[in-house]
Amino acid sequence: MTPAAGTTFLQSINQALREEMLADPDVYVLGEDVAVGGPYGATRGLAEEFGEHRVINTPISEGTVVGLAIGAALQGLRPVVEIMFVDFITLALDQLVNHGAKLRYMSGGQLKVPLTIRTMFGVSGGWGAHHSQSLEAWLAHVPGLKVVMPSTACEAGALLRAAIRDDNPVLFMEHRGLYWTKDDQAEPTTIESTLGTARVRRPGRDVTVVATGRMVSTALRAAERLSAEGVEIEVVDPRTLSPLDLDTLAASVRKTGRAVIAHEAVVQGGIGGELVAQLQLAVFDYLEAPILRVGAPFAPVPAGEQLEAAFVPDEHSIIAAVRSCLGRA
Amino acid sequence: MDKQTAASLLDTMYLIRAFEEKVSELYAKLEIRGLLHLGIGQEAVAAAVCSFLDRDDLLYSSHRAHGHCLAKGGDPRRLLAELAGKANGYCGGKGGSMHISAPEVGFMTATGVVGGTIPLALGSALFCRERRPGRIAVVFFGDGAMNMGAFQESLNIASLWKLPLLFVCENNGYAEFTPISAHTLVERASEHAAVYHIPTVTVDGNDLLAVLQAVEPAVARARSGDGPSLVECLTYRMRGHYEGDPSKYRELSELQEWKSKDPVARFVAWAIDAGLLDETERDAIEAAARSKVEAAADFAREGPVPERDAVSRGVYA
Repeated sequence: MTPAAGTTFLQSINQALREEMLADPDVYVLGEDVAVGGPYGATRGLAEEFGEHRVINTPISEGTVVGLAIGAALQGLRPVVEIMFVDFITLALDQLVNHGAKLRYMSGGQLKVPLTIRTMFGVSGGWGAHHSQSLEAWLAHVPGLKVVMPSTACEAGALLRAAIRDDNPVLFMEHRGLYWTKDDQAEPTTIESTLGTARVRRPGRDVTVVATGRMVSTALRAAERLSAEGVEIEVVDPRTLSPLDLDTLAASVRKTGRAVIAHEAVVQGGIGGELVAQLQLAVFDYLEAPILRVGAPFAPVPAGEQLEAAFVPDEHSIIAAVRSCLGRA
Repeated sequence: MDKQTAASLLDTMYLIRAFEEKVSELYAKLEIRGLLHLGIGQEAVAAAVCSFLDRDDLLYSSHRAHGHCLAKGGDPRRLLAELAGKANGYCGGKGGSMHISAPEVGFMTATGVVGGTIPLALGSALFCRERRPGRIAVVFFGDGAMNMGAFQESLNIASLWKLPLLFVCENNGYAEFTPISAHTLVERASEHAAVYHIPTVTVDGNDLLAVLQAVEPAVARARSGDGPSLVECLTYRMRGHYEGDPSKYRELSELQEWKSKDPVARFVAWAIDAGLLDETERDAIEAAARSKVEAAADFAREGPVPERDAVSRGVYA
């Protein structure tokens, strides 16, 4: 069901977990501290309601816990693992990339891995280089994985439910900076319509801004400012980075003739490069200007307040890129 | 042990031996390719462990997987066809030697990553605990895996959660080209298990009877929900780390010494002595195994090549 108005992103995640656990006894939740609600309450109440045999606290052993969840999924359980920060997915990459992602293919279709990994990512609060990264491009590079990145409270719940119902390993990336945000109004979002589909968040005629995660709200703020000077940008949220809904993105750029890709990850090797490559092939004849990218500088995430602010792209970064696209300095 | 059991165990060991020798031959003749790790010399471990397992028990293997798959009931024809990259192989030619999967007989998967299947086996054991009490998961790994974090983490979790799991370490004394003495001071997997309060024993892995004796209570313990055990089998691979490995890191004398401890010959001698087998029966069992493997080679040779566009199909469920 659609979360009520005033529901936060975090509450929407919590509700989605609860609803899927109610609907399907094969849904299990595993991770560090999940039985006590996790660091911010995403799993709050689940252990009390469903028991600690289904909401399982694990040791700090990310690699083995992800492997264990894959092994359970191979047998038909639908585990939802919480990796507290995506920075720690590095510890589980062997299991996830070499086993979870590939077992479907390597087995010639005999096995499937209905696994969801929820993980926090992104910069906020000065948490520094080990608790703030955006590693979605690494994961979207792996055949067999799906990568989902919600940007609103309502969609977070719907996308998570779709991820849990999916028969493939899905990385579900939650920007910490969105956890306490609420949607302006409750949006009826069907589960089926979300996974693998992009969404136009604000229509516009001049430049398409493809934004992911928290950069969607940043782009919407940029849109307000640009609108005041007569520039209407169209903000499109891919929502799923793999598989990518190129059709919706391309349709937008065919209309506007210009595009900016905005993400919080470092630009070099980021998902923006892939989007640019796929878009230019799809819409080359429609392009009035090169597609530009907005993202973080090629550096680890710094901890101090001023340096952190310098690291994260903001609406001014997007506005500057949009103006550049339009040939205005 | 009765005559039938002895014959069945010997049948499994001969099947593995004949299969691996055929693989070696076909590799030398360039009929099959890839990175192949043969289990000649380690047959007793696979045969003994799998003799306690049913089809519904869930088995995970290492990179040296052929024998485990056959012992679990895998079809030698589909296994060899997979090694040959054919469409009629278990994985349609997509897996190969190190990624065999035969879930229809409870052989879940092998792995190209040392220690990589250990966490997976924990998950399948969790499934057994939750959904199929009495069923168990089993994982084979080598001494090289002892130094992987995944092994240590898995011992901890399996012990903590009392998972219905059997760890089987095939300690063949070498991690690839490096003798165990050069990569750890803790040379026994059972030492690691004991640290995590897991019942454990180290046995002569080339003595089928010793392996049977060690595995039986461990399997019973897992089935009854009392938690994991670790059985360590000291053994030796008679071929290189991989097929084609010149094995310059070990002395010929060492190879000769282990040849005298051949697990198949030892069991045959014991069984004949115990009156469970005679020479004629032995010959018949070996001949039947070799004939099965010849049929497998024909099946693989005649199998269709996968369609070219299968390369990008089946990535997602």
